[in-house]
Amino acid sequence: LVGSDEELQQKLAEAILQEKRDFKISIHIATSLPLPSERDHLRPRIDLIVFMIDIKSKYSLKNVEASLAHVDATFFLGKVYFLVTGVGRVNCCSIETNAVCKLGEAYCSPVLFCELELEGVRVATAQRLLRMLQICAGLVPGFSALSFSLLMRNSADD
Amino acid sequence: RFSRAALRDYARLLGAFIAAERQKGLAVEVGVELDIKVALSSLPELQGSEQDQPAVLVQLSSRSRASPKNSEDKILWSGCFCCVYGDDLSENMPEDFTCLPLFLANGAESYMSVVGNWFQKTFDCIFRRLAISPFSLTWMVAMWTGCKVDKATSAVELVFSVPRLPQPLDISYAIHPEDAKALWDTIQKTPGEITQEEVDVFMDCLYSHFHRHFKIHLSATKLVKVSTAIASAHCDGIVKMLHSQYLSGVLMLLTELAISQIQ
Repeated sequence: LVGSDEELQQKLAEAILQEKRDFKISIHIATSLPLPSERDHLRPRIDLIVFMIDIKSKYSLKNVEASLAHVDATFFLGKVYFLVTGVGRVNCCSIETNAVCKLGEAYCSPVLFCELELEGVRVATAQRLLRMLQICAGLVPGFSALSFSLLMRNSADD
Repeated sequence: RFSRAALRDYARLLGAFIAAERQKGLAVEVGVELDIKVALSSLPELQGSEQDQPAVLVQLSSRSRASPKNSEDKILWSGCFCCVYGDDLSENMPEDFTCLPLFLANGAESYMSVVGNWFQKTFDCIFRRLAISPFSLTWMVAMWTGCKVDKATSAVELVFSVPRLPQPLDISYAIHPEDAKALWDTIQKTPGEITQEEVDVFMDCLYSHFHRHFKIHLSATKLVKVSTAIASAHCDGIVKMLHSQYLSGVLMLLTELAISQIQ
């Protein structure tokens, strides 16, 4: 999970870990990329990168944009998602949703909108992410990360 | 149905309503003991395009019972229904429907409340505070900074509220108006036209300048108020018009905002 709001990342990570599952997951929280290179050899395989953007903070968008440059191209074949939170408070928005959608298009990655500060939505989002992670890790037969992300993007356009 | 011919009748009805409310103990300003007179009038000067309907002005004035008959009435509260270049909305309205999406109020909140209640009871309308998002405020400050004024006397000021702190903290960022305008002039490509990109670049310049000096990322805070020589606007919908030449432009912006919040 890459994003500038550590508190929100923690809450989301906890919600994900509370979900029932039959596979092991580890969640790495970072405020930005690149990750420190000293630990490269210790790091497990990364199956999913979620970039978190808060619609109330222009800074969070800038942070994500800067971090994107450090992601290897292969990840953009279905292993990168943008998660936009704060959409419940339209009157507090500092960024245009159009700008985020354009970012998603530019990086061929789906954009998910949510409101992580609401527990119910946070839990639902955690469940979605867990399912996506399962697919990206290749644990769902017949579904590749790429085919799934294409499905996500096409349905979002509708 | 609202009819401009009946403005005098409406004024009378509203006056009676206010008197009744004051009897009940509502809409009373402390230390004020007087008759409230209501006047409704059409303001044909206050509109943008041909399609806009003329504004309707509501004025509450008082004449103290103690003072002589020919003394001037004191205006207690004014409100104005208007629509300035609201073509988007008026295009889709039936012919005889009066559409005035923006309401400007000046005066005590208690009078606004009473007047609002009467209009909502009598006509098919709803009053709601115009919330201005940080996103909209950045457009306003960029637009207004670019306006040419003879003598730039007031600074361009932005006020930010810092979230998630144990005690509330506001940051006020004031820029010399000539510097701000010079910056905007280097960014704006076509005079009379503003793009989202230009607004973003303008704000990014201001943010990075601030960050260089104070190591604070203003983009992570909430912009709550902007102030220029033309006008100032606060996220709670409090707007001050400071330059008559640009009044129409400011009202056009506010009309657009009002319409977007209706749709």
